[in-house]
Amino acid sequence: MPKMNLTHFEAAFLFSLFTSVVLGVVTKRTDRDWLHYGLYVFVCFFVALFGLGWLMYLGHG
Amino acid sequence: MAKDKESRQPGPSFGALAPVLALSWLIPGAGHLMLKRTGRGMLLLLAVTGMFACGLMMRGAMFQPESGDLLTTVINTGGFIGDIASGLLYLLSVWLGYNQPDTAGHVHDYGTKFLVTAGLLNVLAMVDAFEIAAGRKD
Repeated sequence: MPKMNLTHFEAAFLFSLFTSVVLGVVTKRTDRDWLHYGLYVFVCFFVALFGLGWLMYLGHG
Repeated sequence: MAKDKESRQPGPSFGALAPVLALSWLIPGAGHLMLKRTGRGMLLLLAVTGMFACGLMMRGAMFQPESGDLLTTVINTGGFIGDIASGLLYLLSVWLGYNQPDTAGHVHDYGTKFLVTAGLLNVLAMVDAFEIAAGRKD
């Protein structure tokens, strides 16, 4: 089996992508709604990712 | 209140819902495919299987239930439940010897989380398939 060597960012990107798809599909009823919600969750993941990244960077000094 | 009781339709029996639940657990998205929700089923199949495959390729570790102090028990048992929720993906990868020992490193650590999360996402897919089969959702 091939080995994946991902950076933190790539791993977080994949995690956000897969999770957003499933959360969108299972929580909303219409295709349009789940697409919107999936995108919203994906953006939320990224805001949290960059927010926490900056917080750790600034907190570290 | 009385009107609510009268208007409430009896749902399908658990015997009718059990195959949907079992199939959803075994193969991610299969419950939706069985209920003719092809698009949703394929997306769930791709997302959960993709996540599990990424976890395996990152050499993520699989949890085994362990007893000890409370935190060890909760983490390992919870992780094991998350892993086994992936159904056939978990069973096949253990059977074929793809379960890795726990090693240090951020990629392995991400892989372990991917494997557990794939199972937890499959639980969400199972609940969704159950609700569709029970008539509570379109």
